[in-house]
Amino acid sequence: MTNKSITRRGVLKSGAVTGAGLFLPTIFTASSAAAYTNEPTGGSVTLGFNVPQTGPYAEEGNDELLAQQLAVEHLNGEGDGGCLNTFTSKVLKGNGILGKKVEFVTGDTQTKSDAARASAKSMIEKDGAIMINGGSSSGVAVAVQGLCQEAGVIFMAGLTHANDTTGKDKKANGFRHFFNAYMSGAALAPVLAAEMGNERRAYHLTADYNWGWTQEESIVASTEALGWETVNTVKTPLASTDFSSYITPVLNSGADVLVLNHYGGNMVNSLTNAIQFGLLDKVANGKDFKIVVPLYSELMAAGAGENIKGVLGSMNWNWQLQDEGTKAFVKSFGEKYGKPPSNSAQTCYAQVLLYADACERAGTFNPCGVVEALEDFEFDGLGNGPTWYRGADHQCFKDVLVVRGNENPTNAYDTLEIVEITPRAQVEYDPEHPMFKGGSLGECNPGA
Amino acid sequence: MFGLNKKDTSLLIIVGLLTLLAPFILNPFPEGSAMAQFNAGYPDLMQRFVIFGIFAIGFNILFGLTGYLSFGHAAFLGVGSYSAVWMFKLLSYNIIPAIALSVVVAGVFSLLIGYVSLRRSGIYFSILTLAFAQMSFALAYSVLSNPKFNLTNGETGLQVYADDPQILQGANSPDLPHLFGLPMRATYTMDVGAWSFDFNAGYYFCAIVMMVVFYLSIRIFRSPFGMMLRAVKSNQQRMNYTGLNSKPYTLAAFVISGMYAGLAGGLMAAMDPLAGAERMQWTASGEVVLMTILGGTGTLIGPVLGAGFIKYFENIFSKINDSVLHSWFAFLPDGLEDAVVFVIHPFIGKGWHLTLGILFMLVVIYLPGGLVEGGQRLLNRIKRKKPKTDDATSGKTEPAE
Amino acid sequence: MDAILLQILNGLDKGSAYALIALGLTLIFGTLGVVNFAHGALFMIGAFCAVTLQKLMNLSFETIDESQTDFLGNPLKVETPYVEAWFGPETGATIIDWSVPLAILFAIPIMLAVGYVMERGLIKHFYKRPHADQILVTFGLAIVLQEIVKYFFGANPIQTPAPDALSGSIDLGTMIGFDPNAIIYPIWRLVYFGFAVAIIGAVFSFLQFTTFGMVVRAGMADRETVGLLGINIDRRFTIMFGIAAAVAGLAGVMYGPLNPPNYHMGMDFLVLSFVVVVVGGMGSLPGAVLAGFLLGILESFASTTWATTTIPGINQIIIYLVAIIVLLTRPRGLMGRKGVMEE
Repeated sequence: MTNKSITRRGVLKSGAVTGAGLFLPTIFTASSAAAYTNEPTGGSVTLGFNVPQTGPYAEEGNDELLAQQLAVEHLNGEGDGGCLNTFTSKVLKGNGILGKKVEFVTGDTQTKSDAARASAKSMIEKDGAIMINGGSSSGVAVAVQGLCQEAGVIFMAGLTHANDTTGKDKKANGFRHFFNAYMSGAALAPVLAAEMGNERRAYHLTADYNWGWTQEESIVASTEALGWETVNTVKTPLASTDFSSYITPVLNSGADVLVLNHYGGNMVNSLTNAIQFGLLDKVANGKDFKIVVPLYSELMAAGAGENIKGVLGSMNWNWQLQDEGTKAFVKSFGEKYGKPPSNSAQTCYAQVLLYADACERAGTFNPCGVVEALEDFEFDGLGNGPTWYRGADHQCFKDVLVVRGNENPTNAYDTLEIVEITPRAQVEYDPEHPMFKGGSLGECNPGA
Repeated sequence: MFGLNKKDTSLLIIVGLLTLLAPFILNPFPEGSAMAQFNAGYPDLMQRFVIFGIFAIGFNILFGLTGYLSFGHAAFLGVGSYSAVWMFKLLSYNIIPAIALSVVVAGVFSLLIGYVSLRRSGIYFSILTLAFAQMSFALAYSVLSNPKFNLTNGETGLQVYADDPQILQGANSPDLPHLFGLPMRATYTMDVGAWSFDFNAGYYFCAIVMMVVFYLSIRIFRSPFGMMLRAVKSNQQRMNYTGLNSKPYTLAAFVISGMYAGLAGGLMAAMDPLAGAERMQWTASGEVVLMTILGGTGTLIGPVLGAGFIKYFENIFSKINDSVLHSWFAFLPDGLEDAVVFVIHPFIGKGWHLTLGILFMLVVIYLPGGLVEGGQRLLNRIKRKKPKTDDATSGKTEPAE
Repeated sequence: MDAILLQILNGLDKGSAYALIALGLTLIFGTLGVVNFAHGALFMIGAFCAVTLQKLMNLSFETIDESQTDFLGNPLKVETPYVEAWFGPETGATIIDWSVPLAILFAIPIMLAVGYVMERGLIKHFYKRPHADQILVTFGLAIVLQEIVKYFFGANPIQTPAPDALSGSIDLGTMIGFDPNAIIYPIWRLVYFGFAVAIIGAVFSFLQFTTFGMVVRAGMADRETVGLLGINIDRRFTIMFGIAAAVAGLAGVMYGPLNPPNYHMGMDFLVLSFVVVVVGGMGSLPGAVLAGFLLGILESFASTTWATTTIPGINQIIIYLVAIIVLLTRPRGLMGRKGVMEE
């Protein structure tokens, strides 16, 4: 400890060094000749596919990645062209985008907002990605959408179902093709009324975070409009693995419908537990007890196995649809990978094609041009029938599916059957609807 | 220089040079070459290296010196981030008040938690800190983000909205975090032949902060206070018998390391104005423990190396996908190419966890002192002499049990 | 009243899993003094023993059925499990149906072997190393194990249903004088609780009533002295490691029908089981079991509407809150011994 005294000279020196250090960054200012962030200059353009590759949603992310790779193939004129043949906009010629070959980079969101932003940033800063696509949760979608807005690139959301993505957290540079919780409620309600009547008492179990709340709000609103009564809404911690202590109170609560506002592993476990406790064999208030899972996905249906039989829910898209766009996509995906695509895969595939198409129509990769081309764009041929990308909030409007767990599946892939295709008009809403108000798109940001 | 002995001064200078020249060092491969995948010299990752470096340096002051293993340090980082974003929301995007508040709040928070947790030692202490952090995480993720009292914005992460007050935000100041007008995102790109180097304002700001706190940590390690902390580690009971109350010392170390974590959290928010609750989860606390052990517990530079190591794998290895592999091995005959890709495939992209797990095991099995020991062995091999025994000033101590 | 009884049952059920994992962890702490962060992974491997057996049972050969088509319009390939072909459809289906209980037989030797290999191959070299190193190496091992499982089985949960005979629920209430339908409980959950009690009983009697167990207990109390008596304590501790692994594995096998296993289920339980062990008190086997059941029951009660309206968010934090209260009022947990893992 001989040299711990601070000499005057030492202080001066360190002060000088610190001063020089502080001055340093101002030497370099942002300067760039490009008109917008990551303007492609060579013969290729890079897209960033940001999907969960580790953690509980890894399978979902993997499926998205397969679809994104397929979309890139089709854009570059490889494979059978898929939906390029059925898409109503005919500007995509299979020669890349604006004549540039499409390349892609991939990243792992880990289904955490922080990690997702880090990986999106690395794709933008390091690999020069001009568009980010993918993801399987709303938290990640909102976080990455905000980042893309700041950085000046386009965000084409993957699976994100919370109202906020195109509600209070909407951004000019972000677009959502997937449906949302409000639409789930609007599509499910008439089917629920038809199947279960107007006098039901519902008990909600809700994952205790933003998406769960918006879905609960939407479903409660649309079922109460039918005349249903809401007995109780119980929040369950996201980290729960066993839901027995939330299920047992349902038994004697006087409810006759259980609504599970859960997704992923939570949904698989809560549904499994509900079936274990024999809820579906129960008769309450003189009616057969029913379970509703408002947001379904094929992978979770597979995880829940036998338990989903007869359980109603909604979906953005399903491979069993019979329109031309769906058939073309299922064919090229199925032939390449040997299984039908999931609805998260489909949304990513459609988003990549929509982005490419918008660039072609705008004649530029400039985000502002792309935003203009996508806003209020009407198209068909990518599945779900005629679709509208609303300019006011960047939400896609198309038919929504109500599905039910298949009682007699013939193979591993038809575990869900389509009950009804709810027409688009029925799920549309005003952009200023109370569940979506607050927040604004802001200006498109080209960065640079 | 700066009141340090020769050895520490040279260490400080080396670290200073490395951080200053990081944009060059981390981008050794030309843009567009097959190896460019391994380049880490882009702003976001460089910022992460130094920010997690700061976090780990702070953690090491507690764990490396006193031996108290906290499993809840991520809570302080998270609290720091939240405070910084709140300052952005309420005052302005200037990062100075934001970072100041994050350090203060993290300090107060760690004082409270430390005061309670330090009543126990050993694994009981670890579990207490873990419990506090997990409670903070659970509350931030859901309860504290309810619409009536939205403190954390839950899953989505706290962010700045257009309708936030921002009372000090000037009309001309940038609409993103800045230091008196210099945006943290400002980057100057220098193209030298096929190479391209990014000089980012945010990175240099973090780097300077790291140099300052690194210097502070050297001073702490070499001070009588640091000596006292080591005494706590080697034999707290004997220390107590001599009539010394060790608790104020450990509590001070706990609060200092909590403030380091808060500083790291504040810097994270300053680089990217969003604070997510996962920052407080036990996995995040575990990560800093792993960084410190991996780099070398109780060494000055080890934690920084460990932080860089883990962040590098997280950000670089997770991005290598099969098509990248195919492009690397395209020169091989088709069958062989597929075989090589097949063998490597499980370890990259979505398999990056596997690689990291294997490396954890290899490092701890073959390099008991962490990466620092690896470096020392390498140096010794170069110098062709036997490893000399550690003296107190080398900064490396065997973690006592 | 019936609601309270139901929550107690739920708590005992959750507690069973906690207690079994914590029991194994404490055995390893107590005997070898090793902090095993891979213990959750052992639980997960146990569950995947059942998954593997189920997959093996369902190994099938394909026949092409021209009358049906698959999703691409090609003729459907119908899969028939070999087991059904060998034993006839009915016996075969019954065997497949019982694959989870059968997996117990399958899992015991596997888990003992995994434990033995882990201890001899890796943990052995870390006895003298600091706890921090033990944490790092076992955490690394846990990641590697779960990534291997993910590589072969994917990240999605896989259903491992209980046999039909045990998958319904029974009306417990009528047996003790309640109205019918007041207390209905799934049979498998009762089986799980009974199984846990049996395993715990077996471990305790093994330690209490056998010479081997006596030596191990002596070794836990004072390893050096036992060693000086010329007893090869290391060998016995290795076997105890195998037993601890088997206990975690069996807990996993039987857990499958409650909640479908996935590759990261071990990590979900890891932190909780450490909290349980510490609340119970380091080095105390009864403490671990007691704390497991106690925390399970408290967790169940905290999730009732009554509790969450009284204290919002209590269901999120109850375990940690209890841990803090216990550790502040009882310095060494509920039944901890002085001087174990306190430095």
